[in-house]
Amino acid sequence: MESNQLTVPVLIKRKRNGRINIRSGNKVDIVIKSTIWILALLTVMAFFFFDYTGLQWERAITETAYNLKVMFLEPALSHFSFSEAIHQVGITLGLGFLATILGAIIAFFLALMAAENLSKPIVSKIVRMLVAYIRAVPTVLWVLIFAIAAGLGSEAAVLGMLFHSVAYLVKAFSESFEEVNPGIIEALRATGSSWWHIVIHGVVPSTFTYMLSWTFLRFEINFSVAVAMGAAAGAGGIGFELFMASGFYFDLREVGFITYAILAIAVVLEIMSTRLKNRYFSNSANA
Amino acid sequence: MNEKKMRQNKLQITIIFIVILLITYLSAAITNFNFLDSVLTIPEAIGWMVSNLMITSETLDRMPSIMDKLLETVFMSIAATTFAAVISLFLALLGSQTTKVNNFFSVLARFIASFSRNIPVVAWSLILLISFGQNSMTGFLALFVGTLGFLTRAFIESIDEANQSSVEALTATGATYFHIVNKAVIPQSLPQMLSWILFMVETNIRSATLVGILTGTGIGAMFDLYYKSMNYQVVALITITIVVTVILIELLSNQIRRVIL
Amino acid sequence: MSLLQVEGLGKYYNQQTKVLKDINFEVESGEFISIIGPSGAGKSSLLRCINRMVDISEGHVVFDGEDVGSMKKSELRRLRTNIGMIFQHYNLVPRLTVIENVLHGRFGYKSTLQGVLGRFTEDEKEKAFELLGKLGIADHAYKRCDQLSGGQQQRVGICRALIQEPKLILCDEPIASLDPNSSKIIMDYLRKITNEMGITCLVNLHQVDVAKEYADRIIGLNKGEIVFDGPSNMLYEDRIESIYGIQKRELITV
Repeated sequence: MESNQLTVPVLIKRKRNGRINIRSGNKVDIVIKSTIWILALLTVMAFFFFDYTGLQWERAITETAYNLKVMFLEPALSHFSFSEAIHQVGITLGLGFLATILGAIIAFFLALMAAENLSKPIVSKIVRMLVAYIRAVPTVLWVLIFAIAAGLGSEAAVLGMLFHSVAYLVKAFSESFEEVNPGIIEALRATGSSWWHIVIHGVVPSTFTYMLSWTFLRFEINFSVAVAMGAAAGAGGIGFELFMASGFYFDLREVGFITYAILAIAVVLEIMSTRLKNRYFSNSANA
Repeated sequence: MNEKKMRQNKLQITIIFIVILLITYLSAAITNFNFLDSVLTIPEAIGWMVSNLMITSETLDRMPSIMDKLLETVFMSIAATTFAAVISLFLALLGSQTTKVNNFFSVLARFIASFSRNIPVVAWSLILLISFGQNSMTGFLALFVGTLGFLTRAFIESIDEANQSSVEALTATGATYFHIVNKAVIPQSLPQMLSWILFMVETNIRSATLVGILTGTGIGAMFDLYYKSMNYQVVALITITIVVTVILIELLSNQIRRVIL
Repeated sequence: MSLLQVEGLGKYYNQQTKVLKDINFEVESGEFISIIGPSGAGKSSLLRCINRMVDISEGHVVFDGEDVGSMKKSELRRLRTNIGMIFQHYNLVPRLTVIENVLHGRFGYKSTLQGVLGRFTEDEKEKAFELLGKLGIADHAYKRCDQLSGGQQQRVGICRALIQEPKLILCDEPIASLDPNSSKIIMDYLRKITNEMGITCLVNLHQVDVAKEYADRIIGLNKGEIVFDGPSNMLYEDRIESIYGIQKRELITV
């Protein structure tokens, strides 16, 4: 202990100004710091790149504040009836559901090919790359591209939304497949079961609830995607009504009503998915 | 598992499947979705893509203007994300169980987050478009509001996940609230938060395309323009530049994540 | 006057379960006291009542002549700077360096702004290095805490408590997560702190043999009540029985 007293000063690192340094200066800190600085710098630069055509700050802010007040405090319907509104919400939910369920079916097979413990490495890699590419194209572009071939309508919307649903669920499903206890697979393999037997009797039963939960989580996302597709790609549903109310009729009260309708569904879906997460994913989240 | 329970499980799964089939049928009915048609559409669409989405040399002339709009979109996404991140940090500190000041602000912060998250970004863009007009600010604000809600929830989770014990230790040394937040909570949750920020930058570039179509700004507006005038070669070029940008940013942020997490 | 007086202390988190009931004892400056008892006896709550990490339900804790229970926020901060605390799980900030973690012990003396900016004086930093040297971990000063072994992390925890220049150190199961070798090193250091620096130590332990070996005085706690309070060498077999009940045999061998 006494000898330490002598060696201590040697160990102290000093900054250039002679003050003692207390930071480690390791790679992690440097990367974190520089990432933050770069993001901050880019943010500042962004405001010089922006296009401010026709922007009048004062007017825009006061007007938006007024609009928000009208929207949220005086919601009303004028261009269509309440039952019609429910019908439109139903269409949006329907679009979201179809994209989710078809996506889940396709994703199931692709995930079997992507899971490292069930597939060949090369197949797994190809599927993963494909998924990454699909994810990089925004959903709205997929929908619009399909709309050229299929015409605007529910087919184009569902098919377009399918891509991101598949990409999301392949990742989720293949990860839960990979977490299947290798003992189960080994035991089935030892009995001489074929690959399909292993999948149906070993992998599916032990991951079924996870797949179901992930599918529901995707449905929550797909609902808001379906709203967006209605507005931006003319796919119908409540999103399209929102677009019409704000873009054509400038009816803020109706915009308010539609926003509340969307908000209500979104909140219900969020509460349900949070429950699902807490129930099925609480262990994996801590691990 | 005994036989009775297995049979019960089987019954449950059967019921789930029947319910799913029923909802699928209902959804198809309400949306006029035709399964056969859509299956037939796929080869047609792929055939169309192959024959029409070709990049020709004359479309490359538009590259500079595309890059200009793309850059605007990327900047818009980054700026919206960082701004939202700063505000979200405060909201998350108020909202988290570990660092909340009092229950009122905690509930308020969570409410703001939920409100801005659950109203889709399209709704925000349309609302803002009315008074802000067609410029970058509209897109920026729409992305900002959506990101704010998402990041607040993610940050609250990051803070709650971080080690509670060091908070206790610093309290015991007589440190103030700000000492504790700054020296124990943030250092521990920062890598996780940064990872969420990077994720949001990626997501926002994709959303910015959507927002752009609605608000007439950035790469989205450009896509819309050529799409509507049926100049599909340029549409293809724009799509590919978006794909390349998103993949590049994803690769970069994965690299950063690998180091910091 | 004694350093710490505990008078009629009671603690309950809800009406049904009283964690502590009518606790009375006094601690003189320079004592090394071990509090033993089965898990759930209230050892942890007792320590946390002393620096008011949990609120006191009834009775009084008087530290250095001041009533802890009635302190306001700023007084409480001052109290806590005078009381160091050491934890079972070390409670360091894992991503920060050892030296930063040690300096966290100085926050009690800092204004919010000084602390947030991370301003530590050169004297403080030198003192931190000196303490790390004394505990034999100076060469790890610039490492991240999560790269250290449990025993080393606990030594960082001790440094963090010592740099506060406390009059009293509360140790909550300091060796419960450590192997026997590291446990011995930590207990030796704690003993040395009392012997050489004259700092009072109050150590929660569940190992009776360790308590008997190191402590001058032992307080036995069972179901929230003091069942033994006396010099270590007076703790006979039958007394241990009354503290631990039937669990005794398993616990002694731990």
